[in-house]
Amino acid sequence: MQKIEAVNDFVIKFANINGSGSASANELLARAILRMGVPVSPRNIFPSNIQGLPTWFEVRITEKGYLGRRGGVDMMVTMNPQTWEQDVREVDPGGYLFYDSSKPLPRGKLRDDIHFIGMPLTEITNDAYQDSRQRQLFKNIIYVGALSTLLGIDPLEIEKLFAEQYKGKEKLLELNVQALHLGREYARENLKPIALSVERRDRVGDRIFVDGNTAAALGCVYGGASVCAWYPITPSSSVPEAFQRYAEKLRIDPATGGHRYAIVQAEDELASIGIVIGAGWNGARAFTATSGPGISLMSEFIGLAYFAEIPAVLINVQRGGPSTGMPTRTQQSDVLACAYASHGDTRHVLLFPEDPYECFEMSAQALDLAERLQTPVFVMTDLDIGMNQRLCRPFAWDDSREYDRGKVMTREALDAGSNFGRYLDVDGDGIPYRTYPGTHPTKGSYFTRGTTKNAYAIYSETGADYTYNMQRLQRKFETAKSLVPLPVLSASRYPARFGAIFYGSTGPAMQEALDALAEQGIYINALRIRAFPFQNEIADFIASHTKVFVLEQNFDGQLKTLLINEAGVNPASLIPILHFDGTPITARFITQQIADRVSHLNVRPFRENRVA
Amino acid sequence: MTYLAKPKLHHPSLAKNSVGYTRRDYEGKISTLCAGCGHDSISAAIIQACWELDIQPHRVAKLSGIGCSSKTPDYFLGNSHGFNTVHGRMPSVLTGAYLANRSLIYLGVSGDGDSASIGLGQFAHLMRRGVNMTYIVENNGVYGLTKGQFSATADKGSKSKRGQVNNDAPIDLVTLALVMGATFVARSFSGDKTQLTPLIRAALAHQGAAIIDVLSPCITFNNHTGSTKSYDYVREHNEAVTRLDFITPREEITADYGEGEVIDVRQHDGSILRLRKLHAGYDPSDRRRAMAYIQDHAAQGELVTGLLYVDPEAQDLHQQLGSVDSPLNSLGAAELSPGRAVLEKINAALR
Repeated sequence: MQKIEAVNDFVIKFANINGSGSASANELLARAILRMGVPVSPRNIFPSNIQGLPTWFEVRITEKGYLGRRGGVDMMVTMNPQTWEQDVREVDPGGYLFYDSSKPLPRGKLRDDIHFIGMPLTEITNDAYQDSRQRQLFKNIIYVGALSTLLGIDPLEIEKLFAEQYKGKEKLLELNVQALHLGREYARENLKPIALSVERRDRVGDRIFVDGNTAAALGCVYGGASVCAWYPITPSSSVPEAFQRYAEKLRIDPATGGHRYAIVQAEDELASIGIVIGAGWNGARAFTATSGPGISLMSEFIGLAYFAEIPAVLINVQRGGPSTGMPTRTQQSDVLACAYASHGDTRHVLLFPEDPYECFEMSAQALDLAERLQTPVFVMTDLDIGMNQRLCRPFAWDDSREYDRGKVMTREALDAGSNFGRYLDVDGDGIPYRTYPGTHPTKGSYFTRGTTKNAYAIYSETGADYTYNMQRLQRKFETAKSLVPLPVLSASRYPARFGAIFYGSTGPAMQEALDALAEQGIYINALRIRAFPFQNEIADFIASHTKVFVLEQNFDGQLKTLLINEAGVNPASLIPILHFDGTPITARFITQQIADRVSHLNVRPFRENRVA
Repeated sequence: MTYLAKPKLHHPSLAKNSVGYTRRDYEGKISTLCAGCGHDSISAAIIQACWELDIQPHRVAKLSGIGCSSKTPDYFLGNSHGFNTVHGRMPSVLTGAYLANRSLIYLGVSGDGDSASIGLGQFAHLMRRGVNMTYIVENNGVYGLTKGQFSATADKGSKSKRGQVNNDAPIDLVTLALVMGATFVARSFSGDKTQLTPLIRAALAHQGAAIIDVLSPCITFNNHTGSTKSYDYVREHNEAVTRLDFITPREEITADYGEGEVIDVRQHDGSILRLRKLHAGYDPSDRRRAMAYIQDHAAQGELVTGLLYVDPEAQDLHQQLGSVDSPLNSLGAAELSPGRAVLEKINAALR
């Protein structure tokens, strides 16, 4: 029988039961590999449930540093009888299946093209522990021990991780180390070696290992957000929770102990965005974090902030829609809902981070952009980036960086006789000046409203006033193009007829796919879009290729629609490639889809250029 | 409404308050509401209260939702920033504004259509949180701007102008506020300025969520026989339980009262609420008895007005959050960004 052989380049998938503590054990294994200098990319594929339903944890081990999902499974660790058949099916031919052999397996459910590795885990655990919770937790550590032996993972790295985790809890530390070695010894004495292994390298460098939600929260701390209002919703809840954790440490007035932040867990998303808008109106930097259903609820308020021109930052950790959809699965399916949120003619600024590093950067930048442009700004992350730990560049901050508070008219400027019109375009960029409430006893106050007004904020239903305002908003959106992050081009080694456009969490899998395609002789120029409104570079890129693949993790090809609508692109030049089953897009999927289409496109009809 | 522009020049003999403003300085644009609308009387009471309290007009932020009542912030305090938000959602926007700058005075104006229907949730949660604000509900039991539909505060059995009978039970915002933990709860009548003005003064000085439910008849759509929110009906059924004198820390106490008729409640800022009890045995410091009293009298068709409950020791949301004294909107990068060195440490812990 064939055997998958690989050093530092394979995928292990763990099939577990939710709530059994397995995720931390699996993460432990991933971290140990990372400490051996080999990049890993773990992904937690979990149900909308607290305890009992199936959950999976996939670890990509990748010396080359491909942090996207590859596709396929080289080794399956099955700890959940509920999903046995499905898990057996998923292993690539020649792969390995590690299972608990305490009970005999049902006949006829095995495959003869994969390698079964049985270990009586339950028996071993029950012999060693009496307490039921201990049995559950240490069973996980025992299999981590066995796998570490099979894969050649240095146990000292795992012990070091235990020591960091259980600092000051010596008893727990000792118990964990014992369990680890219990598993290691069993494997050494009873299990046959396999052809997957981890070897020490130095490929991690100074990168950090963090999830996107934590990164976005830290970006809000550094970016100067002082008000956070939110309502719990998967997969975004850990953004405000991390913001609170960091703020409790980093935002305390050293003299008084007072908090330099205010967090309100509101009664719903309507109130969350209302609080953010109220704070933004009053000159504080404010944000909320939510997901698709929250965006739907917030839409009326988003229109108010757009039309009354109030800064607001929304971190949208996207999940599977529509409706409640797939709450614990990933998608990029709120692109259109956010770009055009609310009734009437609206358009909003979107940022598309690729990884936790950009979640940090773009959240901080969004706070600047919102105040500069006086409008809502969306950070369009997703569950794949937000809730999985990912290797990324270390966060960076320049201490000389000042916040861009935008056009704010001061008391001094008002006293100096500046002509203050709240909605008056004084310098052609479409952005008016604003005043904070309480600035001046007699000048600069105005009435904010969602109704139409003239340039001096006086209620008006006059057509000319309305037109002036809408055209100014259009100019403002043009101005935004020069402020939002530019797309990033990955040029192919050889001149290419085909282009590919992608964004957000598709990035890491795309890098791997481009390399794989190049190996097949398919050369593609790739452009990673990082923001809406679209800059001219994007339309130019599309115009300079015969066909451009648009890769998205949604069903409708939402970015493609937005490109056609907003970038003046010929729709026939765009070919959608869509991955929308709720799992993160894989490099193999992209490679295959592009290769298939390229082979079709390269078949030229005999009389192509003839006119009938 | 009137089309005559207000003269910009003020008569030099107009009295000034201690911060140098005349009463006219607290006015706003000319009202566009119907002549005789109760809401305009409330605006006048707000103007009077702010002038008497020596508040600098620009230190007030006035917020509202959508509806006739929500238009009124345009008609008073013309030098204050105002915000006409979305229907029923003034409480959340005001909460955010208050979080951003605790040094301003927050006045929320809403109506029964705004606060008792779509806004009911936000109304309740604002009271729970103890946002330091004055929440005035201009309550007329009817949707005015959309021409006369019942609102959720319309009494069961009351009749619309077109003769329809309301079958739904009314929402009593005063009782709801008490249940939700509001620390200053009052009810008044737009036609009784001597009762209303001191209540607004006391509410503005209160350090917590203060609500005044003001019966404010709709002259156009709800002032007919069969309505329980008409001028005549409210005058007939109004039962004032307390009469409030609001005394700022600077004012001298001059009035004389008989023993046992008066309760002095000293608030955080030193101001005194001097309550003349008009009903024997009414105790405005007892939340549960206040609720029972209101319900008992409602059952007899009486509308209890006055200061119904006050907790002088109220804590506001910023105190509960432990916020710094400086307004959050005044903090810059030096106070908000933890800096590069700290970030290096965070990076190190993530390896």
